[in-house]
Amino acid sequence: MRKTLVSSVLALVFFTVLLGLAYPLAMTGVSQVLFPDRANGSQITLDGKVVGSSLLAQDFSGPRARQDFQPRPSATGYTPSATYFANQGPNQKATKAFYERQIARYLKREGPFNPGLTAAGIPIDAVTYSASGVDPLISKDNAEIQAVRVAQARGLPPARVRQLIEDHTSGRFLGLVGEAGVNVTELNLALDSEAR
Amino acid sequence: MLQGWIQIAVFCAITVACVPLLGGYMAKVFSGQRVFLTPVLRRPERLIHRLLRVDPERSQSWKGYAGSLVVFSALSWLALYVILRTQTLHPFNPGGFHSGTWDLSFNTASSFVTNTNWQFYGGETTLTDFSQMAGLAVQNFLSAAVGITVVIVLIRGIASRRSGAGADDGLGVFFVDLTRTLLYVLLPLSIVVGLALVSQGVLQTLGGSVDFHTLNGTASSLFRGPVASQEAIKVLGTNGGGFFNVNSAMPLENPNQLSNWIEMFSMLIIPASLPYTYGRMVGSRRQGWAIFSAMAILLVVSVAVVYVAESHGTPAQHLAGLTGGNMEGKEQRYGIANSSLFTALTTVMSCGAVNSALESLTGIGGLVPMANLSYSETVFGGVGAGLYTMLLYVLLAVFIGGLMVGRTPEYLGKKIEAREIKLVSLAVIFTPLIVLVFTALALSTKYGAPSIFNPGPQGFSETLYAYLSQANNNGSAWAGYTGYVQPTAGNLGASGISFADLMGGFAMLLGRFVPIVLVLAIAGTLVRKRVTPVGLGTLRTDTPTFVGMNVFVVVLIGALTFFPALLLGPVVQGLTDHLF
Repeated sequence: MRKTLVSSVLALVFFTVLLGLAYPLAMTGVSQVLFPDRANGSQITLDGKVVGSSLLAQDFSGPRARQDFQPRPSATGYTPSATYFANQGPNQKATKAFYERQIARYLKREGPFNPGLTAAGIPIDAVTYSASGVDPLISKDNAEIQAVRVAQARGLPPARVRQLIEDHTSGRFLGLVGEAGVNVTELNLALDSEAR
Repeated sequence: MLQGWIQIAVFCAITVACVPLLGGYMAKVFSGQRVFLTPVLRRPERLIHRLLRVDPERSQSWKGYAGSLVVFSALSWLALYVILRTQTLHPFNPGGFHSGTWDLSFNTASSFVTNTNWQFYGGETTLTDFSQMAGLAVQNFLSAAVGITVVIVLIRGIASRRSGAGADDGLGVFFVDLTRTLLYVLLPLSIVVGLALVSQGVLQTLGGSVDFHTLNGTASSLFRGPVASQEAIKVLGTNGGGFFNVNSAMPLENPNQLSNWIEMFSMLIIPASLPYTYGRMVGSRRQGWAIFSAMAILLVVSVAVVYVAESHGTPAQHLAGLTGGNMEGKEQRYGIANSSLFTALTTVMSCGAVNSALESLTGIGGLVPMANLSYSETVFGGVGAGLYTMLLYVLLAVFIGGLMVGRTPEYLGKKIEAREIKLVSLAVIFTPLIVLVFTALALSTKYGAPSIFNPGPQGFSETLYAYLSQANNNGSAWAGYTGYVQPTAGNLGASGISFADLMGGFAMLLGRFVPIVLVLAIAGTLVRKRVTPVGLGTLRTDTPTFVGMNVFVVVLIGALTFFPALLLGPVVQGLTDHLF
């Protein structure tokens, strides 16, 4: 019994040092050398200041809302430092009311530029909460609907906006794995630099 | 949808192709044969034996083995609890976080020592980098290794060809097996997977948060930490406790289409390879593939059901006039196919990592994870835990099958007698019993109510899922169910919901260690059994008929135990368009 206890204590101390300190610190060192950009959160800088991460959606409401592509709804206000699931159930009255508000918002924003757009025509990703609250991608269909408004608001040729959508699409890996989507953060940034 | 089916098929094919590689490797490692890492690791391994004062030659009986395992786990629990309660003293605390409350820390410590990784805590808002690395990640490794040692012991018991009263009843040395598992299997794989994840964009830094202003001028903060090193073992060890609260849905923890496949593959590969290891160690690969097939059948069915269900949307979506599949609580880069696959994998394998919100699944889509949990980790299951639980069901199937055709029940030449069947029955029935009793207590007293988020059947499902997940050491959640109230980040002014924290903690500890001790006891009786040669009267256990029998026993016990409860939650929601 005493022998077991001694071995257990020694094992716990030894493996905590090996697996809890040496391993993560070595991994941090190697990652910082091999992939400094990615290991630090794929930060985007503009004029020397950090303005976000290319992996994260951010809030594009406010004064720029009309000229920017809008990411998926977020239950967390797009914060990357306190995430939680929205936990909306499939059969909840509150969930249906949420969809109705989102649909009204989307139609009000995009409807004038896309005559004939109805609830049934809205891409499902545009009115549902993402899991993380910071999903950087929207579906291609969603981006194409918003493109009409963005092109008009920014005075850009629609073809150019469509080209930028294409450039900032995160495709399936090897054309097979996962789902394609358009990176809203990168796309809006590219539109900004277009205007300069 | 076709594209999604192709993805699922390709993923499964890649995994099956890799099973003999890792499975064969582990068989060699655990039989003490030479592998390609032996020249590098042999000396450090001996040094560790000397350091831990263990004698690799003195094999332990099942009681000695169980004693070491329990003492070691109890100490691990204590160490983790102390770490979580002393956060203000920690180095690597860039966020300046305070300690967790006693009840939450009890739950979290139990959660990680039992390989459950249930998350009542929010990683990025409550834990220091030190807690994550030296507390949680260490237990990710150790609890996974403990699970593997148990199944290795059971395999040794089944495979042994010693017999008679005076025969040696040694099953191995706990600390030797633990060290081997960590050095030869978990650590090398974690390094490879961790670096692969960083290359895709998973964080790995000790630099702390970066405050910034977004393009429209909103103040925001990029939370950072040593994520990839922990993420790797989180999936490889089927642990599942995320660095971030939203786990593998967080882009900084699972950034893109490829990283999602790396994580799913890492979750599956060790549990899927262990049946092959088993086949090699008992000297019949067919026996290993038979168990693998039974597991694979149940996995494929659950993936298919959840994918079809999620592709059809929810009543709330239809009634609001929306079309398309259910993207609520899912990420665009995974889409419906990869979210469904991840959900099915993480719940059969007792991993508990999630890349979408399980609470937002459709009714029938949500039934699948619950049904998977009700199989008690038999379908691949947690590393080690899955195979040892499945072997219990195999013994049960042998017993029932043997009685049906009027043959003496025996498995691989060893007679299955009253003592084994008693132990097996106890182990098989124990976890479901905890689930049902604890769920009933939570629902019939006022103490369970503060944890529930949604009204109606959804609230029932949250509660049932919480105890299913914790008692089966899974760790995924219908995340509306809460055990912790946190007004601001950093644990300041936080309070735990003691009832949910304590009940959950006890469910995890009981659901882990009672079956483990019973399994070791079974190994102890099997190791000395006389071996009867295979004859005409032997019930073959490597045929498709037996695989079918095995699947039937698993589903029968899981379904019969939980069917009434499942009817009240997800089935009601799946069958009606009524809103609650």
